[in-house]
Amino acid sequence: MEVFLLQLFIFFVTSAIAVPIAKKLGLSSVLGYLSAGIVIGPFGISLIADVESVMHITEFGVVMMLFLVGLELKPSMLWQMRMPILGTGGAQVIVTALVIGSVTFLVLPWQQALAVGLTLALSSTAIVVQILRENQMMNTTAGRSIFSVLLLQDLAFIPILALMPFLATDLSQEASHSKTLFIDISQFTGTSQFIIILASLLIVFVVGKYISRPLFRVIAQTHVREIFVGAALAMVVGISLLMTIVGLSPALGTFIAGVVLADNEYRHELESDIEPFKGLLLGVFFISIGASLNFKLIGDNMLMIIGIAFGLMVIKFVILLLVAYVFKVAKKNRIIFAVSLAQGGEFAFVLFQFAKTNGVLGAEITDPFISAVVISMFLAPLLFKVNEKFLYSRKTDEINQQMDVIDEKGKQVILAGFGQLGMDIGRFLISAGVKPIILDNNAAKVDVLRKFGFEVYYGDVTRLDLLKAAGAPEAELLILTMGDVEITKKLVDIVHKHYPNLKIVANASDLEATYELMDIHVDKIRRESFGSALMLGQDILQLLGMDPYDAYRLMRIFRKHNEDMVQELYKRHQEDMDNYISVYQQQMENLEELMTFDLDMDSDVLDKAWKSASPEE
Amino acid sequence: MKTTKKILINFAHPAKSKSKINIALRKMVENLDGVTINDLYDHYPDFMIDISREQGLCEAHDVIVFQHPFYWYQAPSIVKEWFDLVLEHGWAYGAMATALKDKLFVQTLTAGGDAASYQADGMNRYTIAELTSPFRATANLCKMASISPFTILGIHRGLPDEEIRFHAENYRRFIVALRDNRLNLDMAKEIPCCSTHLDAIIGKE
Repeated sequence: MEVFLLQLFIFFVTSAIAVPIAKKLGLSSVLGYLSAGIVIGPFGISLIADVESVMHITEFGVVMMLFLVGLELKPSMLWQMRMPILGTGGAQVIVTALVIGSVTFLVLPWQQALAVGLTLALSSTAIVVQILRENQMMNTTAGRSIFSVLLLQDLAFIPILALMPFLATDLSQEASHSKTLFIDISQFTGTSQFIIILASLLIVFVVGKYISRPLFRVIAQTHVREIFVGAALAMVVGISLLMTIVGLSPALGTFIAGVVLADNEYRHELESDIEPFKGLLLGVFFISIGASLNFKLIGDNMLMIIGIAFGLMVIKFVILLLVAYVFKVAKKNRIIFAVSLAQGGEFAFVLFQFAKTNGVLGAEITDPFISAVVISMFLAPLLFKVNEKFLYSRKTDEINQQMDVIDEKGKQVILAGFGQLGMDIGRFLISAGVKPIILDNNAAKVDVLRKFGFEVYYGDVTRLDLLKAAGAPEAELLILTMGDVEITKKLVDIVHKHYPNLKIVANASDLEATYELMDIHVDKIRRESFGSALMLGQDILQLLGMDPYDAYRLMRIFRKHNEDMVQELYKRHQEDMDNYISVYQQQMENLEELMTFDLDMDSDVLDKAWKSASPEE
Repeated sequence: MKTTKKILINFAHPAKSKSKINIALRKMVENLDGVTINDLYDHYPDFMIDISREQGLCEAHDVIVFQHPFYWYQAPSIVKEWFDLVLEHGWAYGAMATALKDKLFVQTLTAGGDAASYQADGMNRYTIAELTSPFRATANLCKMASISPFTILGIHRGLPDEEIRFHAENYRRFIVALRDNRLNLDMAKEIPCCSTHLDAIIGKE
C-alpha cells in the first residue's frame, strides 16, 4: 500500500512540477510529462520501480481518451468523414507499411520486415489528439484530416494484431499469449471467434443506444454525483474488459461506445465526469513512456537507434505529404498534417510485445525499435511547436479556425437552465436560426424536451467542467436563466475567471438581484417577468380603449426609461450600501423611488413625445 | 364598366388622440358602403406589416387611398414602410406584375402650412404637387392611374369646428363620387388639388 501511494505521490508531484514548466516554456503538456518521465525514470533519479506495469495501467488513459473523442463525433459526422478515413487513412497505413517494410527488408527476412513496417505505420493517437485539443484544432479542417488517419490506424490495429501470428518465423517460441491481455478465444474456431467478436460489438451498441439512457436517467435522478461518475467509469471499464476478452482494442471499443453515446443527453455530463480521470491517467502514461526510454540501450546503439528514429520520421513525413497531396488536403494544411503524424505510436509497444511473444521478432530487434519509437514520440510535440513557430503561419491558422467555427454554426450559444423562461428563450432562438446548447439538471425534463427535438443535455449547470464540455471555450455567449441569484453569481465568477471573453446574459428575479449581478458586470441582465409585465400592460391599455400604437409607444418609452432608471438607482444603491436597511424597507424604498420616477415621466416625457415630433399639427 | 368602385382607405396617423381633422375626415367616410378603412398604426403598432393581408386588401379594391398628415413633406414613416414591403416585385411592379394595374391611386393629406406657403416663392419653396410626386411616380410604376391629392392645408393655426365640418363634408362627397364613378378623372389629374376644385370634378349628385 505504501509503495503504491508513494508511486502515486511521485507521479502527481512530478506532473505538478513538470507541466507548469513546460507550459511556461510554451511547450505542450505532453512534453512536460515525457521529460518528467525521463527525470524520474531509471536513467534519471530512478524514482519509479516498475515502469512497464505502470504503463500498462495507464494505457487506460488512452482508452478513456478515445471514449471522449467518440463522444464528440456524432455518427452522421463520422459518416461524412468516411472518405478521408478510408482513403487518406488507408493509403497512409498501407503505403507506410510497404515502404518501411521494404527498407527493413534489406536487413531482415520479409515476414519480420512486414511486421516492423505495419507496426511503425501507426502514429500516436494519445500524443496527437492531446496536442490537437490543447491547440483547439480538433474542429479545424487540418485537425479533422489528422484525426481521420488516426481513426483508421486504430481500426487497422485489429487486423495487424490478427496477422501477426502468421508472420512468425521462430516457431520455437511457442505462442504463449499473455493471458492477462487476451483471454484465449483463439482456442475457438475461426467462425465462432468471428461471431463472438461481432456479438461483443453488438453488446456495446445495444448498451450505448438503448440501455444506457434509462439507466443514466435513474441514476441522475438520485442527484448523487458520485454515483453518476461511478456508472460512467463502470461503462468505460466494462467495455474495455469485454474488448480485451475478445481480443479487440479496448480503445476502439470505447471509441465506438462514445460515438453511440454522442447523441445522448448525458453526453456532456459523461464527458466532464470522465475527463479528469483521463487527464490523470494519460499524464501518468506519458510519464511512463518518458521513463521507459532505455538510455543504456540507446547509448550502446546510439547511431542505429537515432538512425531508425529519424529514418522513421522522414519516411512517414514524406509519405504523409504525398498522401495529403493525392487526397487533396488543403495546401496550407499539408505540412501540419505530415508533421503531426510522423511519429511512432503507443500501439507499437503492444504490437512489438505481441510480435515478441509470438516468435515474429526477437528482443534484439524490438528493443531498439521501441526506443526509436519513444524518441519519435518525444519529438512529436517539439516538431509540432517548431512547425507552428516557423512554418504554419498563425494568421492562416486563425483564418482557418474562424471558418471552421462558422462551419459549426449554432454552437456559439450555451443556454444554462431550461425552466419556463429558458424554454421561451430557447424556442425563440431556435426559430431565429440560433441553435443553443441547452443544459438542465432535471433528467425527466431533459428526456421530454429531447423528444420535441431540442438539443438538451443533462447536467448540473453550476459546474464549470460541464460548461467546458458543452463548449464554453469556443462559445460566444452564455445565457443563465436559473433565476437563483446565488447560483448565477457563482457561475458568473467562475466563467469570468476561466473564459473572460464569454459574454454572459442572465435573468434576475428582482431589482435586488439585478443590482447584485450588475456588481459583477454581467453583460446584460433582464428582470424576470419584466418583459411580460410590460406586454400585459400594453394589452391592458389597449383593452381600456387606448389606441394600439399609443399603447405600444408608451410601453417602449416606459421600458427605455426603466433601463436608464435602473442604472441611476443602482448608483444610489451602491452609495447607500453602508447604512444597513432591512430588506423589506429597502424594497419599499425601491418601490417608492420607482413610482416617483414613473410619475414624473408620465407628465413630462409622454406629453412631449408628440408635440416635438409633429411640428405643424 | 362597373357601376360602383370599391375603395380602400389606408389611414396612417401615429397620434390619433392629438388629431382633430384627420379623425373628422375619417368619421365621415367610415360607414359608407364600399369603403374600407385600414388603420395602419392600429394594425401594426410595431411596424410588422402583414404583407399578404395588405396585398389581399389592395386586390379586393379598385381605388387605393392613402390618408395621412404631411410630416416633413412626407407621409408618416409607416406609409413608407408599407410601400417598401407591400409593393413587391412581381406583384406590384415588374413586367409580369398586374395586381394593381388600372386601379386608382389617391392621396388625402393634411398639412400645417397654408396654400401660399406651398409655392415656388412661398416658405416651403415647392408646391404640394411637386412634393407628392414620388407617390404618383410609384403609382405609375405599378401601372396604376392617379389623380391630384385631396389636400387640407393651413391646419397649424387650428381650424374652427365649422371649417372642420365643411372639409369633412367635402371629403365625404369626394369619396362617394369616386365610388359611384361620378368623378371626372381626367380633370382631377389636371387641377392642382381635388379639394379646392371639388364642384368642377364631381358630376351630378
